[in-house]
Amino acid sequence: MSELVIFVVAGAGALAGALTLILAKHPVYSALGMLGTLFSLAVLYVSQLAHFVAAVQVVVYAGAIMTLFLFVIMLIGVDQVEDTSETIRGQRVGAIGVVAAFAILSGYLWLSGIFSWEVVGTGTEPVNGSIEATGQLLFAEWVLPFEVTSLLLIVASVGAVGLALFKPRKAEDE
Amino acid sequence: MTVGPAWYMLLAAGLFVIGIAGVLTRRNALIMFMSIELMLNAVNLTFIAAGTALGDLSGQVAVFFVLVVAAAEVVVGLAIVVAVYRRRGTANVDELSEMSG
Repeated sequence: MSELVIFVVAGAGALAGALTLILAKHPVYSALGMLGTLFSLAVLYVSQLAHFVAAVQVVVYAGAIMTLFLFVIMLIGVDQVEDTSETIRGQRVGAIGVVAAFAILSGYLWLSGIFSWEVVGTGTEPVNGSIEATGQLLFAEWVLPFEVTSLLLIVASVGAVGLALFKPRKAEDE
Repeated sequence: MTVGPAWYMLLAAGLFVIGIAGVLTRRNALIMFMSIELMLNAVNLTFIAAGTALGDLSGQVAVFFVLVVAAAEVVVGLAIVVAVYRRRGTANVDELSEMSG
């Protein structure tokens, strides 16, 4: 029962944040809606015993990534009014049609019961998402992907520094 | 009434659809970017729900990798947005049409 209450409240929060994200005129409100969605998802993770992932979600996503987004919004977009004219005619109508089709497909799949699988195999005991269990899996079975992601992060950092050293004045001289 | 994996899948589908709508209808590069992050989060929710339903912790480990890739993507993507803004003075994707033929 308590899981149902948590699901309804946090799920409604997540959907409300997502709708705020795409409907708000001002980018700062969009970022705040995104923040609400991230916190609601962290609550849902905790209700499924994914404690460490929930903590990482709050610290990395809501903390680091959204702060970066807010920095950039303050830097470039805070007083810009979005141009709502359509470059491609009928794009928004088409987009909403595509989205509605996807939503109907999702609802159909849900009603068809394809997701109502039973717990199989080792799933007789609940998943333990503690730091110990997650870390053991991460550094044993998944250690190669883990090391590759460190390479990915270094490449991303170098790329970001390279882009930051970009000089617009040189482009004007040409 | 227990909350099965189908409920989480439906919520994740809803979040993903909202993210698609954001990318397709908004023209501000930052909001489109946040919509992409929203879609990544919807996928993370399906990973967690499926991992819990199947009793497999690997679902939670997969979320870590999605999170790392999302962080790297945000770093590079925001650097590109800032670089474009410094050069063009706009973050509207419709005005960035220099590469069209």
